[in-house]
Amino acid sequence: MEKFVRKEGLVAPLDRANVDTDAIIPKQFLKSIKRTGFGPNLFDEWRYLDRGEPDSDNTGRPLNADFVLNRKRFEGATVLLARENFGCGSSREHAPWALQQFGIQTIIAPSFADIFYNNSLKNGLLLITLDPKIVDKLFRDTEANEGYRLAVDLEQQTVSTPAGDSYKFDIDPHRKHCMLNGLDDIGLTLAHADDIRAFEAKHRTAQPWLF
Amino acid sequence: MAGKTLYDKLWDSHLVREEADGTAMIYIDRHLVHEVTSPQAYEGLKLAGRKVWRSDSVVATADHNTPTRNWDKGMAGITDQVSRLQIETLDKNIKEFKAKVYFPFLDKRQGIVHVIGPENGATLPGMTVVCGDSHTSTHGAFGALAFGIGTSEVEHVLATQCMVMKKYKNMNIAVEGKLGTGVTAKDIALAVIGKIGTAGGTGHAIEFTGSAIRGLSMEGRMTLCNMAIEAGARTGMVAVDDKTIEYCKGRMFSPTGALWDKAAAYWRTLTSDPDAKFDTVVTLRAGDIVPQVTWGTSPEMVTTVSGRVPDPAKETNPVKREGYARALQYMDLKPNTLITEISIDKVFIGACTNSRIEDLRAAAAVAKGRKVAGNVKLAMVVPGSGLVKAQAEQEGLDRIFREAGFEWREPGCSMCLGMNEDQLSPGERCASTSNRNFEGRQGPGGRTHLVSPAMAAAAAVAGHFVDVRNLE
Repeated sequence: MEKFVRKEGLVAPLDRANVDTDAIIPKQFLKSIKRTGFGPNLFDEWRYLDRGEPDSDNTGRPLNADFVLNRKRFEGATVLLARENFGCGSSREHAPWALQQFGIQTIIAPSFADIFYNNSLKNGLLLITLDPKIVDKLFRDTEANEGYRLAVDLEQQTVSTPAGDSYKFDIDPHRKHCMLNGLDDIGLTLAHADDIRAFEAKHRTAQPWLF
Repeated sequence: MAGKTLYDKLWDSHLVREEADGTAMIYIDRHLVHEVTSPQAYEGLKLAGRKVWRSDSVVATADHNTPTRNWDKGMAGITDQVSRLQIETLDKNIKEFKAKVYFPFLDKRQGIVHVIGPENGATLPGMTVVCGDSHTSTHGAFGALAFGIGTSEVEHVLATQCMVMKKYKNMNIAVEGKLGTGVTAKDIALAVIGKIGTAGGTGHAIEFTGSAIRGLSMEGRMTLCNMAIEAGARTGMVAVDDKTIEYCKGRMFSPTGALWDKAAAYWRTLTSDPDAKFDTVVTLRAGDIVPQVTWGTSPEMVTTVSGRVPDPAKETNPVKREGYARALQYMDLKPNTLITEISIDKVFIGACTNSRIEDLRAAAAVAKGRKVAGNVKLAMVVPGSGLVKAQAEQEGLDRIFREAGFEWREPGCSMCLGMNEDQLSPGERCASTSNRNFEGRQGPGGRTHLVSPAMAAAAAVAGHFVDVRNLE
């Protein structure tokens, strides 16, 4: 996983609550056995006017001009501003893969669904939870100011605005450590292989029917 | 010191180690694997040169992509080459990395991963269960701790047998009293989500308690726990009782003999202590719950069968108001429309929520001697597994469905998510026993209304939503 220390970029506002993983990446793209290639199909049903298929050439497809990520002023956005319960629904990790492969590095929202939150951080996609009032203000400022950018500092746990405001956010220290250093979770867990083996032996004695 | 909740007990009995900040390693007993969320995980193991820690914890099947017709043609019956490659990739991965058991496409025990786990005794009380599918919460019905996980976590559990996580808060959803006739576990689930919202359970482990929950069969409890994730909770559970233990007896992977007695004695301890503390408590009266129908594009957009589509203009929260308006536009519904005036194009009875034998019996009881209405283009019944299908056929349910004009299909996830060819066409409206009514979930532009199996069958014969309790 790529390290996340400090990033800043253009903000795109996705102004709807309960954005689900079916919307982020529709089911037909989950048939892929690869980890890459999902970017062009992020928000496929909202972004395009026709129906996308896993093997279709996306370059010539008719775009929905009203969809926020198709608006010229948000081209190249790396920060996505979103509403409550972003990422609800299925456990498909294709959702964070698609967001990242599209170019999104950070998502800011008042709340996220649990599984999506986990999946994203494991891939180096930073999800930031801020107070709904602050998110509201960021939505207003993004709409009002063309080229609105935010700077995210994971080390300091801050989101900074062009006007000089800075908002603190919470993150679990373990996850922060992994993201800052681009650490592989499996490697970290396997460093405790002896503990796992010891637990397993005890567990086998207590509940032999599980083995 | 306060007593422990069921969740506390399951957590403590699987805790391998814990950091000072609460980050814990939790041991996983059962890993259910299917074709969609596993290929990249196995690929990751291969690339890193890692082994599977305990292959006999893995139970695998192909369910999401599999067709529900043309099984006589074998693999050639899968016309979608991308789907076929994914199913063949699972075959290859299980061959290479091994499993306790694999029920591949066409096997008589194949089926939806959340149906086959319990019915084969691969899900047992007291277990930790994970699967790369959010509806893994289903298995909590057995007094098990069950989580849906993403592909990175699938790889992590394959390699380490552990999940790295922090403990959730405890939530008690208590449903007291007796359910009315024609009111089911599905209606409880939808009523709970209507009350607390789709993010109401976020950050919590839910235990469903109360006399109405104790009164549910194991299959009803599975339906309820299945939908815990739609309330935002990654895990939902019900305490062990006689019904739990009775259900597990004699299944393929259930213990036998002296081991059974020892296991059953332990399982009986898997209840919350009377003085256990919950962080959040939600109470519902079973007698207040009536058949539910969703009208929008989120499971929390739900009302009773006698209700009306809401008017967004009356909603004070602006984000909600806009969400309602967008949902009504997508669903092509006008404010204040009576639910019973909404006519349907298709009916889907199936999915990990409602495809077990009792679900099919309930739907068949409604379908018996009636006919699917002329305006309904397709009413399909998709059993949850090969075993459910065989049982239903033995009971003659397939005949009842066929005579009423329903299609009787082969098992799989089917039109719950439409990864195979079972999909809604744009604009089509469906009465569905599945779990999600998101935009495009059952097919791009499709409109989903979530209901119980009996309500779906009633809608099929009436051609529109109708209170199954008043069906003539």
